[in-house]
Amino acid sequence: MSGPPDLTEAFARSGLIDVAYVVEDSPLGRLLLAATATGLVCVQYVRTESDVEEALELIARRLSPRVLRAPSRLEAPRRELDEFFAGQRREFAIPLDLALVKSGFTRRVLEQTARIPFGETVSYREIACRSGNDRAYRAAGTALGSNPLPIVVPCHRVLHSGGGLGGYTGGLQIKRRLLEIEGVLEPGDGD
Amino acid sequence: MAPLPFQRLLDDHGHDVYRFLVASVGRADAEDCYQETWLAALRAYPKLAHTDNLRGWLFTIAAHKALDLQRRRQRAPRLLAALGAAATAPPAERQRPEGRLSEDLWAAICGLAPKQRAAVVLRHLLDADYPTVAATMAISEAAARRNVHEGLKRLREEHGVEWST
Repeated sequence: MSGPPDLTEAFARSGLIDVAYVVEDSPLGRLLLAATATGLVCVQYVRTESDVEEALELIARRLSPRVLRAPSRLEAPRRELDEFFAGQRREFAIPLDLALVKSGFTRRVLEQTARIPFGETVSYREIACRSGNDRAYRAAGTALGSNPLPIVVPCHRVLHSGGGLGGYTGGLQIKRRLLEIEGVLEPGDGD
Repeated sequence: MAPLPFQRLLDDHGHDVYRFLVASVGRADAEDCYQETWLAALRAYPKLAHTDNLRGWLFTIAAHKALDLQRRRQRAPRLLAALGAAATAPPAERQRPEGRLSEDLWAAICGLAPKQRAAVVLRHLLDADYPTVAATMAISEAAARRNVHEGLKRLREEHGVEWST
């Protein structure tokens, strides 16, 4: 007996998907991308199946339980990310949905981070200052760590003022790799 | 309990819902019923009050879709009644740990006589107890047990399928 028919298209046509997602390989490892009708809402590094499940459960809790795999709804962000990884794109044009971003200082930090141009870096202290509180550089680090849209909101462009890489949600190797793509670090640079 | 992402429901129960529909309405109509079932579920999901028996809820929707189809086609009233039972079957007490039935078993269930099939599906797929099976098939409890017994026996003897109960 053959398996059940694929409902991906039927779901897409129904207009009932609140959050569409896809999990796919990238040069930085597996990525989960999720989008609402507003725009890209989540980019997450996922190493294991349970990473994927946890991310989707968070989305279901915070946004809507109508979460479905729908690769066609994520074609634009996938294309732009591919171009970025290939060194052919410096800015993202896709609309974003900041629904998973907390309000207040965190949101201001991420909004400021979104403005850091390709190939440039800023210190934690500087980003805290731009977000309205120059002494809250630790809180700025925490805010960046909660970034639901890494790569696209380029938290990897925020470094320690002494030149250290600081932290990164996907691990420092990925942060280093992103900075290499942007020409900030030479391939193989140490920390 | 926090709501599960809808995709999880589809991944966990899609196969069994489909096979239930194939067993209920036949392969030709199962695809449409299957799509209607999942679209109805997706529509209703955010407002669902009780999420402790999602499997039962999905089978209830599937049973209703199958029932609608049967009504349209005016098929045998007995299977109709049996499918109605699915809608009122109690929550699954014990779900199969492996989650899915084998292809062989599904094919064999589809091959059973209508009464036996209805009884076996109700009792062992939907975990209805015998009083419920009996009430919804409009037969005695003894007859319900006999139909389940005969169904399982046929599965065992003619298809070599051992379905532990």
